[in-house]
This record gives sequence, structure tokens and C-alpha cells, in this order.
Amino acid sequence: MADEKKFAGYICTGCGIGERLDAGQLETIATRDGKMQSCRQHEMLCSKEGVQTIRDDIANEGVTHIMIAACSRRAKVEAFNFTEVAMSRANLREGVIWVRPDTDENRETTQEMADDYIRMACAEVKFMTQPTGSGEQELNKQILVVGGGITGMTAALETAAAGYPVHIVEKSGVLGGHAGGYYKSIPTRSPYAEPQDTGISQMIADVEANDSITVHLNSTLARTEGAPGRFNAEIATESGSSETLSFGAIIQATGFKLYDPSALPQYAYDKSADVVTNEELEGLVMQADGGPIKRPSDGKAVESVAFVQNVGQNSTEENELPYHSGIGDMIAIKQAMYFKELNGNCDTTILFDNLRTPGAAGEDFYRAGQQKMITFSKGAVTEVVPGSTLEVKFKDLILNDDATMQCDLVVLDVGMMPNTGPDPYAQLAVEEAEDEAEKEKARALLENAPPSILNLEYRQGTDLPHLKYGFTDSHFICFPYETRRTGIYAAGPTRRPMDMRQAADDAAGAAMKAIQAAENAGKGRAAHPRSGDLSFPSFRKEGCTQCKRCTVECPFGAINEDEKRYPIFNEARCRRCGTCMGACPVRVISFENYSVDTVGQQIKNVEVPEEWDEKPRILVLACENDAYPALDQSAMNGVEITQWARVVPVRCLGSISLSWITDSLNNGYDGIVLMGCQKGEDYQCHFVKGSEMGLERMSKVGDTLQTLNLEPERVASYEVAITDIQRAPKLINDMAETVQNIGMSPFKF
Amino acid sequence: MTELNTAMIEQYRNSFLQEVEANVEEGEWVKMCMQCGVCAGSCPLGNAWEHPPQEIFMMIRAGKREAVLSSDSMWMCTSCYNCISRCPRGLPITHIMHGLAHYAQRLGLVPKNQPTQRFAQMFWQNLNKKGRVNELKLGLSLYFMNGFGEGVKTSLKMKDIGLGMLKTKRMAVTEAFGGHGVKDLSGFQKIMKKAHELEDARIQKSGN
Ligand code: SF4
Ligand code: SF4
Ligand code: SF4
Ligand code: SF4
Repeated sequence: MADEKKFAGYICTGCGIGERLDAGQLETIATRDGKMQSCRQHEMLCSKEGVQTIRDDIANEGVTHIMIAACSRRAKVEAFNFTEVAMSRANLREGVIWVRPDTDENRETTQEMADDYIRMACAEVKFMTQPTGSGEQELNKQILVVGGGITGMTAALETAAAGYPVHIVEKSGVLGGHAGGYYKSIPTRSPYAEPQDTGISQMIADVEANDSITVHLNSTLARTEGAPGRFNAEIATESGSSETLSFGAIIQATGFKLYDPSALPQYAYDKSADVVTNEELEGLVMQADGGPIKRPSDGKAVESVAFVQNVGQNSTEENELPYHSGIGDMIAIKQAMYFKELNGNCDTTILFDNLRTPGAAGEDFYRAGQQKMITFSKGAVTEVVPGSTLEVKFKDLILNDDATMQCDLVVLDVGMMPNTGPDPYAQLAVEEAEDEAEKEKARALLENAPPSILNLEYRQGTDLPHLKYGFTDSHFICFPYETRRTGIYAAGPTRRPMDMRQAADDAAGAAMKAIQAAENAGKGRAAHPRSGDLSFPSFRKEGCTQCKRCTVECPFGAINEDEKRYPIFNEARCRRCGTCMGACPVRVISFENYSVDTVGQQIKNVEVPEEWDEKPRILVLACENDAYPALDQSAMNGVEITQWARVVPVRCLGSISLSWITDSLNNGYDGIVLMGCQKGEDYQCHFVKGSEMGLERMSKVGDTLQTLNLEPERVASYEVAITDIQRAPKLINDMAETVQNIGMSPFKF
Repeated sequence: MTELNTAMIEQYRNSFLQEVEANVEEGEWVKMCMQCGVCAGSCPLGNAWEHPPQEIFMMIRAGKREAVLSSDSMWMCTSCYNCISRCPRGLPITHIMHGLAHYAQRLGLVPKNQPTQRFAQMFWQNLNKKGRVNELKLGLSLYFMNGFGEGVKTSLKMKDIGLGMLKTKRMAVTEAFGGHGVKDLSGFQKIMKKAHELEDARIQKSGN
């Protein structure tokens, strides 16, 4: 790229833009106010010829910065894809003509809207540089899988099959995990009527025979440092030896532990050998070796068995699991079938509360169980009385009766708990707890934290952040494998309770993501959701006050600190959300294509009319992931937006700098609407915590308003979903009404 | 039939469900009920019953033999088929209700003076006489089912309808005296006898 900057504007007159707007005036604005050195109009800029015009200018005229005034920046991205220049887009179609009525009395304000969007886009591109990557990127194709159970092995096999070398680190002395000790598994193929072979021995054999897979048994991770493309992991064996290897990406498949029913004395788990967990039953079946299943106390072949479902799950009680694993009932049906297969005419009763047999397969399996004469009783077990024959007391929930049954063996359906490391934010949770009770809870979590698994050398803690109940955090709907540590993917029951089939599917997904992360790191590209973005945050060291806001607020733990406590941005870990940029009180963090200036200048270049013109200005900062697309959608549906609105897309609410708010209020904007994604436990924020951080920061805007003596209603922040096609425009229009009611801002110059 | 009852108790000591499977029409479906309660919610008479179908099925599985067979719930079924058309598991609920009623009747466990049972018996006897239902006689015996006084009262109340039916030739007074039967009455009686024999043999076999 030439050192000299050359700015060119392109105005599309297609899609009705030419008919609705005065393109000549737009061109004048672009060259006169926007200082574009050249400006062209085209009747269909996204056409082959239109695009070629731009290409020719880049090739022949040395254009380095282009401003395209056409449709939304989310439209025609393939046509307007010029990787060698910096580009901004003025949204005249979705942003202006589609949201304004085509009437004479609206012509003037519609044109003013368009004029402003041209000014904004010109200002934006002036402060942009086309990102070129840092040059620090490394391609390392080797993938590390932590855990050698069904998830880990599947992940390894899938990764190897795609041509990437894998190392499995397994804590125990064998591969196979829990499933290695199971007799059979829940059927995964039609007609879903019989338990099927687990396939584990075959899988172990496949892993062992695969040249691309190296297995480290009796091993753990003593230390992991680096970033995608350059992780260094120290693999320590039980015997004390260790080796350090480098990896492009990591998959954490550390599986689950089972809830210990000793905490619930009513089930007599500690008192009778003949009360076993569902996992222990698998052991009994394996011991029986094809013969009848015998009960542990005296070796008698079991003639009647009761399955007690939902033990310590889905509960509000202390020391029980607040969630349900979701697969215990399928396991009970499978295991009841073991008895029908191996123990002749054995009475099998499943005492359930809510029978969960999800999916078509689940329903078929349930019916198959009924066909086999497994008795299903809706009952809440109150007590198991030990004895040579066990007595199970339960409340029959259909007949509303207290009932008892006798049996030789009781099987408890206990829930799955994630096998994860300590939550890096456990300490923070204690500090941030709002009341004493909450603080106490947070403290207990911190004190009972499990040992670390990854031993990450990250400023923000040693392991993957948790969402809830110890499960790793990932966006449930949109990107389930993406954790809050870029390049480290969680798969299997460490992410949420699941069965073997789901774990295998999960592993395949995580393997693909890990490969993608390694490849992206090699090219210096961002991972989801700004996939492909080559920009990365950098900071002006001289200005940095070492306040640590950036290192604390980065939702992805991307930023470490050097010895002098300056931030180190590990760009391969960075997701380009801009939260650090929004957090920095001295505004020294920026991206090549997104900065305090690229947005700040857009705000400044909107023409704010005098107070007596009665033309208010409303600034809308809309998250580019949900709110902005929602606005585009509403434009397509012809929903009107007030002519006073000027919408600026931002990467994330978390990237919003308070200075933008202060500046716009000082410049005479009458209202400000902020739109981010849903925060909290069931967040929708694509950057997990970005929206929350942003909203938190915005809660302090009140002080600014007070100092300026402005009404608090002038700034409103909302959580907006991509489906809010009617609501998003309404929120903006509501602000127009508010301004109408409280009057214009006195800060117009 | 109480001997048969004792024999059945003896044989299926462990499982009333198995007894129902072997002896009740469509009884093998009972185990397939998933207790969703749709039948109970769909039955137009369900809330007048002591045990709606869902509950009957659960009681069978819970081994509540006495309570089920001496219940009058299944006698209340009007064969409206609402439940069948709605049961997500496709249970032929109506048929099971009638099957249970019939089985209870065979075992002599029907509650005394159960009105629908009495009417069913009346219908059966009426039908058996001539191989076809004599509506006039059946109607009259229904009116007089609960005594002479009530019979007269009901008859008087229905008098206008009766006269109307006579006028439009929907009813013939002559039917009250003997009435006409099927063409081959003795053939019909033979069929019925054979059917009884087969049924008895089946139950007997199952009861041994
Ligand atoms: S842009 Fe986001 S992910 Fe990257 S360092 Fe800043 S806060 Fe972290
Ligand atoms: S937030 Fe800004 S001032 Fe604070 S440490 Fe980070 S770069 Fe430095
Ligand atoms: S509708 Fe069918 S499955 Fe549901 S309770 Fe009734 S019989 Fe059982
Ligand atoms: S057929 Fe019988 S049991 Fe079924 S809904 Fe009708 S009356 Fe109720």
C-alpha cells in the first residue's frame, strides 16, 4: 500500500436511492464536507461494472480509502470486498430511504439524514487503516486434547482424520473414561429398542493404531501458556517426568463426576450394599459377565429391582443438584433391559417423577421398555429401608397413595457434575457479591474450588470460566464450543450433562473449531464472531496509566501484564470486541479499523441544527451483532424510524467509550439510545460479558448528565435481540417522543 | 363365578397386569400407557368417575385388583371414543373399559345394582330372545327398571312421543306381544351357544 492516502467516495443511485435522494448534493457533501478527493455515482454500484470502477480506481489511481454510500454494511459484502483498502459504508438504503416515508413533506429531512450518513462515513474512513495483521502469527497444526474418554477420543480421531496431529493427555492409566466400564449404551440407531454395544474398545483400538495420535497416560498439564497458534503445555506424568510441547489449539474434554448420594440418608446408600448408583450397576453387570446380575451383599441373583429416579437432582435443597442431567431415565430403561436380558423374569420397576426420554429415539426406547414389561410408576421415593429384602417406600403420584414395594436391589439415578477446574472469576464473585449471604455463597465456592486442570498462565486465572454449576461458559445457542478462552474448546459433559452420542457429536464440533482456531491463528485472523478480522488492539504505551481496566474487563482473558505491569495484548486470544477500548479511561487502546476516533468522528460530523430549527438529533449506538441487523430487518419490513436518528454500529456495547456519550451531549445531541445484547445468565452477547460491561459503564452516565444539568431520560440503554424488528425502531422513536416532551438540548452551538 | 375369581387370584398372585393381559379384551395394551392423562381429561364423563381411565391403568400396574374389578368406573363409559382418538400412545381405551367391565362381570365382582350393568344385562337378554332388539320392550323395561310407580310416571311423561311414533309408524304396538325375530332363530341360538362354550373354555383355560 502506498504511504500516501487517497480518499474516494462512491455513491450508488440504484435501489431507489437516486429517486429518493439528491445524489448531486450527496456528492457535494462527500467532496466538500467529507473531503473525498474524488467521488463517483453509479446506477448500480454492486454490479460487476460498478465494482470494477472501484477496482480500477484502486489499481490505477492509487486510492487507499473508500467511502461507499449505498446499502447497509451488512448487505452486498461479497461485492464490496476490497481487502487492500480501508472502507466505510454510508447506509442510505436500509438506514434512510427504507425507513422514511416517500412524501413531499419528508423530502427535506430524508435528504438531511442521507447527508449526515455521508459525512459520518467520510469521517470514519479517514481514521481507519486497512488492517494487515501483526506478523506475529504462527501456524501450529498440533492439537491438544485433555481427557481420554469418549469425548476426548472422538475429538482426537476426528482431528487426526482431518490431517492434524493430536496429543491426548489422560489423567488415569487407561483410555475409555466412564464409558469404558459400561456394559452397553443407549441405542443410537433405529428401531431404538435394545441397548447396543458401547463401541469403546474399538475406539480405543482406533486411537492406539492411529499414527497421528500420541497418548499420554497418567498425565496432567502442569502449565499451559501462550495463545492460539503458540500454546506451550507442560505435560507431567505421575512418575515426575515432564515434557513441554507446543500446540495450535486445545480441546478440554474432561468429562464428569457423579453426584454422591451419601448426602441423602433416606436412600440408605451408605447403609446397604444393595443400594447402588446407576454407574455402579454397570460394574455389577460387567462382573456378572453374561450371567444373571447378582446383588453385592450376598451374591443372590436379583429377582426384583427398583430404579429410583431423579436422586438429588432438579432440587432446591442445599447439597443437591439444582439441575437435571436429562439422561438418567434413558439410562434406567437401558439398565432395566439388562435385567430382562440377564435375569429371566425379573421384576423391574422404574419409580420416576418426570420421565425424560427426549426425541424420537427416546420415545421409541421408552415404548420398547414398556413392551418388555418394565413397570413405570410415577412415584416419589421417601425412604429405602435396608434389610435382606429392601423396602422402598414411595408416594404414588397418580393414585395419591402411600405405597411400598419389596426388591433385591435399588439403583439410584444420580446426576452428572462437570469435571472442570476452578472458576477464574470465583475471587471476583466474592468481591462483587451484593449482600452478605451472597458473599458467603461465593466464598464457599472459592474455598471448595477443584484443582486446576489446564494451569493456564493467564492474568485472569488458571482455567476456563464457568457459566453455572461449574459447567464451562459458552454461548449455548450460537457458538456452543467457543469458551471464554480463545483457542480452547470445551466438549462433552464438561460443558453440560449429555449422553455418549451427544458427547461424540460435541467432540466432532469442538475438533472442527480447534482446527479452525489453529488455522486462524496462523493467518492472524479473529475467531467467531468477527471471524477473519485481521485487526487487533494496540495501545499507546506513553499514555497508559497501568490502571488494569483492560486486563480486568477483557471477557476472554486475552490481556496479560508485563513485568512493568503494562498490558500485553495476546492478539490470537483476542476476539476483537473492543471491550478493552471502551474500558480504557485514557483512551489509548485502538484497532486499525475501529477506534475511539472512528466512532467519535462520526458523532462529531453529524450536523446539529440550531435549537430554533426544532430538528433534534438522536444518536443510536447499536451493536453490530444483533441490534444493527434487527434495524436492517425492520427497514426491509418498512418500519419507520424517526428522521432525527443517526445510527452508528459498534462492535459491542462493551466497546462504547464514555467520551462518545459526553462529546455528543456537549455537541448538542438531544437524546442517546444504546443497544446491546442481553446480558446476565442467559446472555445473548456475542462477546459474553461485553454487553454487561458496557451497560455497567453506562450506568455511570447519570453523573455526566447531572454535571451538564441534563435530564436523565436523554440517555437510554436497552438489551435488544436480533428478532426485535418492531421493538428496536420503537425504542428509537420513543426517544424522539421523549425529546419532544422534555425539549431540545440547550447545548447546541 | 367366584370360584373363577379365586382361581384367577391364585394364578396371577404376582401380577394383576399379567392377568389383565391374558383375560381382558385389548388388555395387552395397558402396559403401554404413559400416564399422560389425556384420556382422563378428554372423557366427557371423566370427572363423574371414581377412577378415570388413566388411573385405572395405573391401578392395574400397581396390582390393585379388587379396587379395579369392583369399581363401577368402567361401567360409566359411553363409548364416545374421545379418548381413543386422542391417546398419544394409541391405546384402545374404550375397548379396554368394556373388556374390564365384562371381565368383572364374569368374575362376579360388579357392584350390586350398578345401573349401567343392569341395563346392559337387560339389553342382552332382550337381544337373545329373538336375535334382534325389541325396542318397545327394551324401552318399557328401562322405564320400569326402578319399580312400578316410577315406570308409570316415566311412561306418562313419554306418552306424546310414543303417540307420535305410532302415528309415523316408527313403533308398532304389536311388538309388545311376542314381536318378530330374525329369520333363522334356531341358527342364531346355535351361534350364541357355541360362542358361550368357546368363551367359557378360554376363561377356564386361563384360570387353570
Ligand atoms: S478486543 Fe476484546 S477480546 Fe480483544 S483484548 Fe480487548 S477486550 Fe479482550
Ligand atoms: S485500560 Fe488503558 S490505561 Fe488502563 S492499563 Fe489498559 S491500556 Fe493502560
Ligand atoms: S391418553 Fe393414553 S397414554 Fe395417556 S393416560 Fe390415557 S391411556 Fe395412558
Ligand atoms: S369412550 Fe368411554 S372412556 Fe373414552 S372418553 Fe368416551 S366415555 Fe370416556
